[in-house]
Amino acid sequence: MARLLDVLRAAGLTGTKEGCGEGECGACAVLLNGALVNSCLTPLAHAAGAAITTIEGLASDEQLHAVQQAFLDCGGAQCGICTPGMVLAAVSLLRQNPNPTEDAVREGLAGNLCRCTGYGRIFAAVLEACRRMPQATA
Amino acid sequence: MQPGAGGSAVRREGRAKLTGRALYVDDVAPPGLIHGVTIRSPVSRGTIRGLRFDPSLDWSEYTIVTAADIPGINIVKLIADDQPYLADRVVQHAEEPVLLVAHPDPMRAEAARRLITIDIDPLPPVLSMDEASEEFKRYSVVKGDVDRALSAADLVVVEGDYSTGAQEQLYIEPNGMIAVADREHGGVTVWGSMQCPYYIHGALAALLNLPEARVRVVQMETGGGFGGKEEYPTIIAGHAALLAWKSGRPVKMIYGRSEDMASTTKRHPSRTRHRTAVTRDGQLVAMDIDFVLDGGAYCTLSPVVLSRGTIHAAGPYDCPNVRVRGRVVKTNVPPHGAFRGFGAPQSIFALERQMDRVAQAVGLDPAEFRRRNFVRNGDTLAVGQTIREPVDMHALLQRALTLSGFAAKRAAFARANPSARVRKGIGLATFMHGAGFTGSGEVHLASVVTVEGAADGGVRVLAASTEIGQGTNTIFSQIAAEALGLEIDDIEIAQPDTAVVPNSGPTVASRTCMVVGKLVESAATGIRRTLVDSGYLPSTYTRAQFHHACERYIARFGDLRSTSQYTPPPNVRWDDETYTGDAYATYAWAAYVAEVSVDLVTWEIHVDDFVAVQEVGRVINPTLATGQIEGGVAQGIGWALYEDVVWREGRMANAQMTNYIMPTSMDLPPIRVYFEEVPYAGGPGGAKGIGELPMDGAAPAIFNAVAHATNLDPRDLPLTPERLLSLWAARHA
Amino acid sequence: MIPVLDGLDLHVPAGLDDALRMLASGDARPFAGGTDLMVLLDAGRLPPGRYVSLWELAELRGIREEPRGGVSIGALVTFSEIRRSHAMAERYPMLCAAAAQIGGVATQNRATIGGNIANASPAADAPPALVAYDAEIELLSLDGVRRLPYAGFHTGYKQMQLARGEIVSRVLLPARDRGWRDGYRKVGTRRAQAISKVCVAGSIRLDGDIVSDIRLVLGSVAPTVVRCRTAEAALRGRSITDETVDRAAQALLADIAPIDDIRSTAAYRRSVAQNLLSAFLRPADQK
Repeated sequence: MARLLDVLRAAGLTGTKEGCGEGECGACAVLLNGALVNSCLTPLAHAAGAAITTIEGLASDEQLHAVQQAFLDCGGAQCGICTPGMVLAAVSLLRQNPNPTEDAVREGLAGNLCRCTGYGRIFAAVLEACRRMPQATA
Repeated sequence: MQPGAGGSAVRREGRAKLTGRALYVDDVAPPGLIHGVTIRSPVSRGTIRGLRFDPSLDWSEYTIVTAADIPGINIVKLIADDQPYLADRVVQHAEEPVLLVAHPDPMRAEAARRLITIDIDPLPPVLSMDEASEEFKRYSVVKGDVDRALSAADLVVVEGDYSTGAQEQLYIEPNGMIAVADREHGGVTVWGSMQCPYYIHGALAALLNLPEARVRVVQMETGGGFGGKEEYPTIIAGHAALLAWKSGRPVKMIYGRSEDMASTTKRHPSRTRHRTAVTRDGQLVAMDIDFVLDGGAYCTLSPVVLSRGTIHAAGPYDCPNVRVRGRVVKTNVPPHGAFRGFGAPQSIFALERQMDRVAQAVGLDPAEFRRRNFVRNGDTLAVGQTIREPVDMHALLQRALTLSGFAAKRAAFARANPSARVRKGIGLATFMHGAGFTGSGEVHLASVVTVEGAADGGVRVLAASTEIGQGTNTIFSQIAAEALGLEIDDIEIAQPDTAVVPNSGPTVASRTCMVVGKLVESAATGIRRTLVDSGYLPSTYTRAQFHHACERYIARFGDLRSTSQYTPPPNVRWDDETYTGDAYATYAWAAYVAEVSVDLVTWEIHVDDFVAVQEVGRVINPTLATGQIEGGVAQGIGWALYEDVVWREGRMANAQMTNYIMPTSMDLPPIRVYFEEVPYAGGPGGAKGIGELPMDGAAPAIFNAVAHATNLDPRDLPLTPERLLSLWAARHA
Repeated sequence: MIPVLDGLDLHVPAGLDDALRMLASGDARPFAGGTDLMVLLDAGRLPPGRYVSLWELAELRGIREEPRGGVSIGALVTFSEIRRSHAMAERYPMLCAAAAQIGGVATQNRATIGGNIANASPAADAPPALVAYDAEIELLSLDGVRRLPYAGFHTGYKQMQLARGEIVSRVLLPARDRGWRDGYRKVGTRRAQAISKVCVAGSIRLDGDIVSDIRLVLGSVAPTVVRCRTAEAALRGRSITDETVDRAAQALLADIAPIDDIRSTAAYRRSVAQNLLSAFLRPADQK
């Protein structure tokens, strides 16, 4: 049995990080057919034929995704290790709820642990991204 | 154009981090790599009898290293020469490294863990501070005559015992190193997650018996440190280097989360005893403080942690008679070590809880009691340091009280609480944190920074100070850009690589911005002066003129470099013998207020609001500075309420992120951050240190708020719901 | 290099019959969303052997209205689907509340109700709600389908009435009369990504001020999720007064057997279980 996480990383997609290996920290989160999953808990067999978005697939060329740009502008990334998973969790949240309240942002990101920020700059970034994005095109 | 100092320039490496391109140690894999694992002692203390290798594995496939394979000295070079890289005859704590194995297949390397048995004759371990008899270090700070002051009549004397537990740094990137050795020519290089490249550099030379010039240490992108990657990475680097040395192949050692939590350093547990005498109108007369830290099995950085804790134990108060006795004891748990705040959070927690209890004993509001005792410009701290910088604790406190609505809430909560199932409370803490190394530490470090100009007009900053998320790259860029009148994008920060950068000291102690940043500023200024003095650049110039001047200067002289070395600010004196003087060149000052809810159904405590007001000199980058404060407060909230290292037989029983509880996004309040800016002449652009300060104030403010909400007297940290229930049950029994 | 665990084989079946056949052979275990089993794998504690993936089996998916009223939930329905279901939110809110408190979004997208049951943990979040709703459980094997009341399905710590070759296929929630008041509360180690220390699901129906029927179900306080029949008996047929609440809280102690572990203490669990009961019975006092 192989984990999706290891397969992604071995393929050179090392933006997906391993923080705990037990689905607790969210650093390995990716989108599997659009749904946020922890790749450390996803067997490779469950990704067969699926569309997977990792952090590497979010920006197009040099144009950052609105969520990435807002993280950059608002100070949402510090050490950066939770950042790829956090950004994907935020993207997933905004796709389902394009205008979240701060409480909804808190809940949507609760599976992604950050030890650096205290989350404040991250909430600011997600809400800022939401303001900047054309409606519902996250 | 990005602004220089004083603007919220975006994080320099932010784009790489946000797109997944930033490379952390586990993201690279040199060809021919083998994977190393550490085989550790299962018992807390004992004598090693031997090693058994399960015959079901073909051990010839493995590289195996024991203490006998060490070419140099089997001692981790730090303060005391007591800790081996690999235990030889005795083990002093559970999880102590005994041997190393490596295999090309990471799963087979992992499998080896279960198939090697270390036979150990156990010896009785010391597993708590109370049982400990050996000490690593002891400090004493004395001001006035505490015993005489305490014997005076008509004083109110308040006593109290306080304790704090271990805390795991829980950087989200576990520790890891890659090592490549060249035995033929005698050299080793390590790449990894670390705070202090030069600690590792010196240590590896001794371990492998190599000249320092043959050792190279390179910091990779580092996913958080908080002190946890200050000293322990030296051991991992040593282990990886030993395996590389023996196998001749590149070696990667990446710790799993559980191993990282169970084996590496944590915040020292502490016990503090206070006896405080005040006049009936609330004037501090004497403070007698006994401060003990659990150092664990080896000395590591404990004496320095103890020193900072001892010096901060009496806080920002003017008291004529103070005695602080600090000691750090030896037990047989994995060694404790550096963690943001470095002993100060422990002693400040005890002090600030004690101050609330003293205020209550004399019938004063906690804010008013503090106001009557704050240190002012010209007053003297416990170590005999006269405050010469302008300090206004009154203003900081007042701002925090106003912003939090302290007085009104205190009254409203007290009225509503008796009939409420969810009790509310509000509490405060006032404190300071010394920036930079303690006492003469910076003089001994004698840190060096180089700035160099390139022919294309680019400027490169060379320093060993690491970016670990706190913003080193961005701050140094802003400081250099401002000193040179350039744009931030003109500045490049060299990757910390001991083959390239000078030793600017460790990335610890809130020193990077203030101390090293000042060196960046002066080295950058040196570049400008060189160009101006040599006639290549007018005294006021444009960016294009600067580029042109660099080009011409380098064409003429070959290179353009400026190096600065630390010199202490004038009038800063410290006496290591008497432990008196200017413990720190300057301090950051703060007043924090926490508002909490306590649910009497579940005993859960939630922090509902948090106001953090501080004076940290000039704020170079408000976004980064705010992020530092918010993150530090968050760790303080975790330490106060959630983070409980459960020990069983000297081992961490909850070494999993599922069971060691750090706050999620749903557990933290809005953390409202405010700065008073008072430029400090000794820092770059007037900046002081910032990183550790926010770790100090959250826990006592929260405890004081819980005391307000419940009328209980919590003094042991973390204040889990289980502990709070016990306190309530004891009170209402 | 991709680390592959030798001795652990996850087989993707061609269909439901294939899966059941593999399971019937006796040496294979079912594997759903993996949010529990993969954690064991990481810790090196997943027993080696063959696992059969159920994830792809459409027969085990979907939330369906039952002809006789009530709702049938496929074992492979994830907690995200439960959270999004209007039928659940309107008629079985405690199950939605439980779903919302399982892990974080990424876990809810993969964790299944069948897995939450078959993992057989007394700290599972959904089972207290299922018991309170008088759920039935449908078990499937090559021999066919059988239905059991869910309340007795778990027989001891990590023990359940699941025969070899059998899987949990559906959970059936009966139609509910009007007039029930429900209350679900999970007390975890934090507000998200938490394992419960005590969990309560309660349903109560009053006839005037007399308790005509009641379900009190607790998690994390015994080897299995427990329906607290002693406490229920202390309330049924009585009105809710300080005295009956106290008596029920006392009676509750006979229903539960909490322990000390790394997450909490027996004393805390006992006291909080009593408090949760009181708070459920007297919601008006809640502030």
